[in-house]
Amino acid sequence: MERRKFTQKLSLATMAGILGTEVVFGHKMPQNYFPVGLQDPDPFKLFNKDKEMVVLNDKPWNMEAKAHLLNDDITPNKYMFIRNNGKIPENIDVSKWTLTIDGESVKNPKTYALDELKRRFTKHTYQLTLECGGNGRSEFNPPAKGNQWTVGAVSCAEWTGVQLRDVLEDVGINPDAVYIGYHAADTHLSGDPRKEPISRGVPIAKAMQNETLLAFSMNGKDIPLAHGFPLRLVCGGWPASTSGKWLTRISVRNKVHDGEKMGGSSYRVPCETVAPGTKVDDENMCIIESMPVKSLITFPKSGALIKNGQTLQINGHAWAGELEVSKMEYSIDFGSTWHNCSLKEPSNRLAWQHFKASISFPKKGYYEVWARATDSQGQSQPMVLPGWNPKGYLNNACHRIAVKMV
Amino acid sequence: MKPNFEEQIKAFVSVLAIFLLLMLVLFGGLFYVANRKPKSHVEEVPVEDSVEDFDKVENGIHVATGFIDDKGMQATIQNCTACHSAKLVTQNRMSREGWKATIVWMQETQNLWDLGTNEEPILNYLSKNYAPTDKGRRQNLEVAEWYELN
Repeated sequence: MERRKFTQKLSLATMAGILGTEVVFGHKMPQNYFPVGLQDPDPFKLFNKDKEMVVLNDKPWNMEAKAHLLNDDITPNKYMFIRNNGKIPENIDVSKWTLTIDGESVKNPKTYALDELKRRFTKHTYQLTLECGGNGRSEFNPPAKGNQWTVGAVSCAEWTGVQLRDVLEDVGINPDAVYIGYHAADTHLSGDPRKEPISRGVPIAKAMQNETLLAFSMNGKDIPLAHGFPLRLVCGGWPASTSGKWLTRISVRNKVHDGEKMGGSSYRVPCETVAPGTKVDDENMCIIESMPVKSLITFPKSGALIKNGQTLQINGHAWAGELEVSKMEYSIDFGSTWHNCSLKEPSNRLAWQHFKASISFPKKGYYEVWARATDSQGQSQPMVLPGWNPKGYLNNACHRIAVKMV
Repeated sequence: MKPNFEEQIKAFVSVLAIFLLLMLVLFGGLFYVANRKPKSHVEEVPVEDSVEDFDKVENGIHVATGFIDDKGMQATIQNCTACHSAKLVTQNRMSREGWKATIVWMQETQNLWDLGTNEEPILNYLSKNYAPTDKGRRQNLEVAEWYELN
C-alpha cells in the first residue's frame, strides 16, 4: 500500500501515537499533509536515489555513489552524492523565497525575490564538478574523523542560474571586498535556532568568475530538495561545501568569512605538511581552495572477469579543480608502465573531462587497472595517499579497479 | 391408495422446516461475511514492532542502531544519538583521546551537554569497540563480487 494513501487514513490520534506526542493544531492540518516525522523513511524514495547508492549517515543525510554509478557524462540526480551538515529545510514556499545581499562591503543591502532574480539577470548553464573536500577520507591512516567517504562524493551536473557577479554588480560592492559568505535555510542538528549548520564561502575573485552561479535548476529541472532547492550557490572545482544549498543570503565581507565551518580545522589542511597523526593547532591550518587533480574509472565496475584474449574498454572522468586535465594514463602493472587514454576537452571550464582506453592483457591472471590524471600545471595523482591531514581532506590517490583474465 | 391428508401436511411442514433452516444458514453466512471486521491497516504498521524490538541484538550488533553490543552501549545511544545518527559514530575509528576530543568539540560548538558520570563508560565503550587499526598507505582492493564482463 502506498504510504501516502495509508497516512491519509490515519487518525490524528494514531499519528500522535506513532509520533509519541500530540499533534498540536492537528485539526488545522490540511487533509493531504502529513507531518515530517511520518514521511517515508526510505532515503532512496525520499531523494529519488538509486538503490545502489550508499547511506553513510541518516541524521544528517549523507549518501555517496560508487565509481561505476558515475558513468554518465552528466551526473543524474539518482547518482549524485548528498552531503548535509544540518537538517533539510521544511515547507519551502518558492513564492516567498528571497535572496539578500548584505555585508560590510556592499554599498546598500538589497533583497531579491527568486522570481526577480530569474527575470532580471541573464541565465547561464554550465556543467560543474562538485566534489566533497572529504571524498576519499576513509583511506587515511591514522583515520580522520567525519563521514567516511570512499570515492563517490563527486558529481558533474548541469547547473542553470544567474551569475553571482551580475547580482553583486547590481547591488554595488566596495573595493575592500575580500570574501563572500553564504547563509541558508537548513537548520542545526541540535535544534538550536541561533546556530547555522554551515556558512562557508569563497574569495571575491572566485565569486566573480563566469561559472560561479546562483543556480535554480539542475539538469534542466528544479534543483532536487536534497541538493538545495530552490536556490543554490555553485562554485565548481572547489570543495562542494562552498556551494551553499537552500541559499537565502550572501554577505560580502571585508575579511575572510568567519561563518560556521570556515574556522578551526573544518575544510582546512595543515599550512605546512605534517607526518601522519600529527596534532596541528588551528592557527596552522589553511583553508582549502581549488580541489586537486583526480580521476575515476567508471566502467567497468571493479571485479570484472574477462576471457583470455578479450580487450577491455575502460572509460571514466577526470577533473582538476580550477585547472584542466591535460593528460590521462592507465597502468595494468602497478605503475611500472603507463599508457595514454584518449581524453576529451571539458564542455566548459570546471566540467569534468571524459576519458577512454582499450586495454590488452598479456596473459591470464589478476590485474589492477590504475588511472592517473595530470593537470595543466604538470601535477599528477599520487599512487599512495597524499599528505596526511587531521580531517582527511584531499585524497586524490589514483583510482584502481580489479580485473581477472580467466 | 388415497394419501392421508394429515401425512401430506406433515410432509409439507418438514420440507418447509428444512427450507427455512437452509435460508437461515445462507443469510446468516452472508450476514457474517458482509459484516466481518476488515483487518485494520493501522495494526499492520511496523512502528509498534520496532518499539518493542528496540533492544534486539543480532550477531553482537544492536539492530535498531547498528552499535556493537557491549558494556556502555546504552549510555552511548542515549547521549550520542539525540542530534545525529548512530552511523556517524559507527563509521569512525578513534583512540580514546580522539573520542574525548570529539566529545569536547561537540560540547564547545554543537550544544552537546555535560556527560557527567556517563562520560567514562561512553569513552570506554567507544575506544574499545571503535578503535583505529593500521591501514598503511594503501590497502588491497576489496572486490564485493566477481562478475563476467562480456
